[in-house]
Amino acid sequence: MNPKIKIKTSDISVFYKDFQALHGINMDIQEHKVTALIGPSGCGKSTFLRSINRLNELIAGTVIRGQIYIDASPVYCKEMDVVALRKQVGMVFQKPSVFPMSIYENVAYGPRIHGIKNREQLDEIVENSLKAANLWGEVGERLNAPAAGLSGGQQQRLVIARVLAVEPQVILMDEPASALDPISTARLEELIGELKKNYTIVIVTHNMQQAARISDYTGFFLNGELVEFSATNELFVNPRDQRTEDYITGRFG
Amino acid sequence: MVPTKDKEKILTAIFWLLALIIVGILFSLIAYIAVRGLPGLSMDFILQAPSRAGKEGGISTTILGTLYLTAVALFLAVPLGVAAAIYLEEYARPDSKFAWLVNLTAETLAGIPSIIFGLFGFVFFVIFLGLGWSIISGALTLAFMVLPTITRTAQEAILSVPREYRENSLALGAGKWQTVCRVVIPPALPGIITGIILSIGRAVGETAAIILTAGSSLNMPLSLSDSTRTMSVHLYLLAMEGVSMERAFSTAFLIIILIIIINYLANLSLKRLAVNN
Ligand SMILES: Nc1ncnc2c1ncn2[C@@H]1O[C@H](COP(=O)(O)OP(=O)(O)OP(=O)(O)O)[C@@H](O)[C@H]1O
Ligand SMILES: [Mg+2]
Repeated sequence: MNPKIKIKTSDISVFYKDFQALHGINMDIQEHKVTALIGPSGCGKSTFLRSINRLNELIAGTVIRGQIYIDASPVYCKEMDVVALRKQVGMVFQKPSVFPMSIYENVAYGPRIHGIKNREQLDEIVENSLKAANLWGEVGERLNAPAAGLSGGQQQRLVIARVLAVEPQVILMDEPASALDPISTARLEELIGELKKNYTIVIVTHNMQQAARISDYTGFFLNGELVEFSATNELFVNPRDQRTEDYITGRFG
Repeated sequence: MVPTKDKEKILTAIFWLLALIIVGILFSLIAYIAVRGLPGLSMDFILQAPSRAGKEGGISTTILGTLYLTAVALFLAVPLGVAAAIYLEEYARPDSKFAWLVNLTAETLAGIPSIIFGLFGFVFFVIFLGLGWSIISGALTLAFMVLPTITRTAQEAILSVPREYRENSLALGAGKWQTVCRVVIPPALPGIITGIILSIGRAVGETAAIILTAGSSLNMPLSLSDSTRTMSVHLYLLAMEGVSMERAFSTAFLIIILIIIINYLANLSLKRLAVNN
């Protein structure tokens, strides 16, 4: 079976007013694989992620050139329904941000937005999403408690459950483990391994070991350019570009 | 050199003293009004209509007038003010000329003395639009007066809602309006209600602008076109025209009670809203 390309970016450039944050990125992201994005701070990883679900356009003065295809249909065109796009492409932000509501309402937020009102159906979605995010065991008994009372690691998994509840096809994760302790991080990595069976995952990480452990493909960004993009074991064992080698061996960045 | 620990102690003592003075002033003020106002207070004073310019009878019509006028003013100002705040913070582009103009207007209006609103209301609503001295003229004037407060506080409240809520909501596929209704307004509600409470305080306490626009009739206010006298106006006239100092203090005491009740109710509704969310 041929691997299917889920997301194809074609010459994507992003400008914040006069500043060019991304320089013509071309990347083919495979379906049901984990693609890791690495690179020093400020090199454009988040910008790249946010251009996939068109979140960049919320910032006034942002200009995006090039095209992104999801399942071969263009994301940047007049006919694109941004709501449908974001339903299809979920995002986990760098900082877990739970809504000031109960655990249940956080997870039910997306389904409600998308028109599901039936209580039993919502109950089921909430339970399944929390189970898939490895959180059900900890919160199943107190779904009506405020989400803000959860620990940082639990909040991060709650945010993942909230994304899963919308049933996206792609999940973009921006440094999801940056605020987690080693145990929570390990659980998150385990979770990502499970999720990739059903989802296409793109994850930004500053942790090279983590990228090596969990991803199938890795892209190395530097100053808004995609320096190298290949299978993870290839990139880490046999980097083609000198700059990649310098970065992964810790010589700069 | 005074050791840090002693400095701390001295500072703490000073702050305690200051706090005590403030509380003391507030208490003696209320106590004084209570002492002078309570003797004249009775059920009849609250429930009976005034007669002979307030020399006799109670103040029931002025209580109703106050509630009527404040309610109509808020009914006009709150939706408009909150909508303006939502527009300015959530929808207007940062470079929008219109938003700039609305902001400037709100800022300017906030600093204008109430008597000027009264004068404007008198010329525009009472005379030009021919609404006469009436609840509607008074309420419109009050609405203009409190609109900047409501808009400003609502803007502040909306601004303090973390941007992450909006981003997360939008990233989940919510529309702009859904996002505003579900994750922006609920956490902003306490701030919005604070603005409303402040406005109620201003409306209940206003005198000059009300005399100019709603008049000072002691009759029972029924329709929007009736003239009415609010408690504060009544208090002012009782004291100024030397009708009865005792009755002025009784009225003052009731104004304080009314404000306390309104604040309590506003807080209660706030808590209820918070629980429902
Ligand atoms: N809203 C913005 N306005 C202006 N410039 C921005 C904005 N957001 C990001 N940038 C700039 O674009 C560049 C790329 O930012 P981006 O957030 O994509 O980096 P990143 O690779 O995710 O960094 P980090 O690892 O620190 O999160 C940076 O130089 C940053 O300063
Ligand atoms: Mg980033």
